[in-house]
Amino acid sequence: MSPAALFGAVYVPNFILQAIGRCEPELRTQPLAIIDGPPPTHQVVALNRLAEIRGVARGMTKAAVTQFAQVTIRPRCKVREEAAHAALLDVAWSITPRVEDAAPDTLLIDISGLASLFGNAQAIACEIASRACTFGMQAHVAISANVETARIIARALPGPTVVPEGEESRFLETLPVSMLSPSQELSDIFDRWGVATCKALASLPVLALSECVGQEGIRLQAIASGKGMRPLLLAEPAQHFEEWFELDEAVDDLEALSFLLGRLLDQLSARLSARALSIAAVQVNFELQPAFDHAFDTSRELLRVKPTARTFSCNLELPVPTRDSKLLLKLLRLRLQSRPPDAPIQKIHMAAQSSLARITQGSLFVPAAPDPDKLELTIARIMAVVGEGNVGSPHLLDSHRPDAFHMQKFSIATIDVNASESAAKRSTKNNLQNSPPNHHSKKDVPAIALHVFRPPVPARVRLQGNKPAFASFQGRSGKVVQASGPWRSSGQWWEDQPWQEDAWDLEIVFSGESPVRHGWYRFCYDRLQEKWFVRGVYD
Amino acid sequence: MLATSNALRLHVESALAGRVASPFRFQEPQPITASAGIAAVDQLAGGLPRGCLTEVFGGISTGITSLLHTALAARTANAEVCALVDAQDSFDPGCAQFAGVSLQQLLWVRCRNVDQALRSVDLLLHGGGFSLVAVDLSGAPARLIRQIPLSFWFRLRRTVENTSTILLVLSRESNAKTCASLVLRMEREVARWSLQDRQYPSRDFHTPASLLDGWTTTAEMIRCKARRKNIAVIGRAKTFANQDAELARFDLRSNHFLSVDSSGGDSLLPSHYAVIPSEARNLSSTLALAETPLDPSAAPQTNHLETERTQNFG
Repeated sequence: MSPAALFGAVYVPNFILQAIGRCEPELRTQPLAIIDGPPPTHQVVALNRLAEIRGVARGMTKAAVTQFAQVTIRPRCKVREEAAHAALLDVAWSITPRVEDAAPDTLLIDISGLASLFGNAQAIACEIASRACTFGMQAHVAISANVETARIIARALPGPTVVPEGEESRFLETLPVSMLSPSQELSDIFDRWGVATCKALASLPVLALSECVGQEGIRLQAIASGKGMRPLLLAEPAQHFEEWFELDEAVDDLEALSFLLGRLLDQLSARLSARALSIAAVQVNFELQPAFDHAFDTSRELLRVKPTARTFSCNLELPVPTRDSKLLLKLLRLRLQSRPPDAPIQKIHMAAQSSLARITQGSLFVPAAPDPDKLELTIARIMAVVGEGNVGSPHLLDSHRPDAFHMQKFSIATIDVNASESAAKRSTKNNLQNSPPNHHSKKDVPAIALHVFRPPVPARVRLQGNKPAFASFQGRSGKVVQASGPWRSSGQWWEDQPWQEDAWDLEIVFSGESPVRHGWYRFCYDRLQEKWFVRGVYD
Repeated sequence: MLATSNALRLHVESALAGRVASPFRFQEPQPITASAGIAAVDQLAGGLPRGCLTEVFGGISTGITSLLHTALAARTANAEVCALVDAQDSFDPGCAQFAGVSLQQLLWVRCRNVDQALRSVDLLLHGGGFSLVAVDLSGAPARLIRQIPLSFWFRLRRTVENTSTILLVLSRESNAKTCASLVLRMEREVARWSLQDRQYPSRDFHTPASLLDGWTTTAEMIRCKARRKNIAVIGRAKTFANQDAELARFDLRSNHFLSVDSSGGDSLLPSHYAVIPSEARNLSSTLALAETPLDPSAAPQTNHLETERTQNFG
């Protein structure tokens, strides 16, 4: 090990309580007791200082704790602990990639060579504690040249602690042997010997200790004297980010729900920011309140069956990765407004797909375009007005079927930047040369556009010699003065939805009181339905 | 004091005479314009003004949709992002692509009524960043369009001011009134058909040679903030020369003369076959049919049995 090696330990005291407090910060200022165990024998497994002052103690039953009216009782939540542990790992990975996942509440990190980034060891310790604080956790941080010393000091002493190299034994000597986590057998032996502190253990003769308690005793003695070295067992950085929230009472109000979603998004955004990542997609799974489909059927068989919870999912894919939790919340709100869940929500599970942060370099030649984040919000708002599937970019299908296209998601990111830049450069060059905006060649004569009637308007057509002579539709009728056609096309005759039609271009002069006197229309005769339709008007 | 200021003003005006036309008159900055894609319209109005509301109106088959397509094509060709609010879902992406619109750069909002269209355009303009926001109200009932309060048009004009967005409104009647910086009225003229009279031995088959080639459209500039309209003085008759100065005449061609085939050769295809599927572009045998009327039974079968068949049934 090089002399410059430096290790840090991050320990979250009262982890069960802090995991709850991270999701519900308002509970930190209230007397709180966490209970766990099988339902009839719930026992207090964690409590805060305020609850302790009021007389609550570990091991109390739930019935006993309920006697204290001011004490809030919460069941232990494993998923929140997992999320808190993941957040703690993200804090460590935001400092260094060399992290050992020692325990749910303890992490060991290698901070060698980080002085140029954060400063001295004290500054690094303060930085780690500060970052843990932003994630809603109060952490003990200890830094030492010895990894085991750092771990023990972090568990023993609050706040950031830096152990100078060579003074490990001085910091450890007053600590009880139990801090070394010996086995029960060794603990009993040390008790019988009267070895209570690390100093006492470190002063025992090595050979005699080895003969009496074996290699485990030697290892503990080395740790107690601040000399126990071992390599870190590095953890692989996780690429999935999840947060949970379980509600005591189901929520059916969007305002209340958006408050919870905002909190989860803030947590996810902070975790990804710590890892220099952005959110590419968000998946929210809601566990809904079970519906009693057979509410009036009180047969014994049905009552025995536990109603299964239904889920409702809401996915949000972003064109460009973002960390803006407010933007994500707005998009989620719009999505839920347009397609709300059909039952109150009991549990929220939010997973974020991470991606590298967007790095953009503006070009002098590319014209300004809508900001992708803002555009996504605008599209979501318009989608709430006109409906899903009615906003986007049209994509023509490889088919002869009239009006064959489908809508695809409009995204600035999908636009070919190189093509855009070259086009813009061309345009800029033209402007610089003061050339006219358009060189109108023969092919540049504007083309006739079709104003489409969607769906096609039914029409009545009278033929004369297989050629339309009179046409009527939408309450007006007129004489066909010029016609072109039929242009026959068919397709998909090998599939379930064949089509076959004759298209005509008709010039119609309307008669009567119609405000429209004249027009060029496209008619089609559906040969399968044997009906005439107006597909549009040339305009 | 007043006499002194008037004297000073006269002195400055006389000193600048011949160099500055009206030194004390506030002149609004001329809006930056962008090409509408039609040379005649560009010459007439100087292009579509940015940061302003442009209204184009006209009856059926007057070419307002064609003008929309050319404007979209011109903007998207310049790598700009456009949006189209379609009040009655009447936009034809096939025609637009043929006209040169890059559909990838077009945000199409398909509305079912006028209310949705107005709310959508409001959101789009507030979102910002678009080069051209077009609102096609031409398919909506005129009665509903007339009910749009003038304050809404003022609001749109105010929203788009000081931005680089062109707000283009298409309708059958003029509605935006003074809110529009540029108002164009479109009118159609004669249409051109390939063959006026059909002289064929058999009446059973209509000739494919009778095709709608296009028509001529006239754009009249009703209002233009950038270019002051010629004011008709009382007692002086409006001359034909003045009238012509406010008119732009241009041709619209049918797209059956040009296919999207990469070979570049002109193909005789009707407009509804303008966009040719990739696997069915080898239509030389079919196109040959277009030259002469043939018996339908003699029409050659396409080799692409798995694709849709396109025949010119002459």
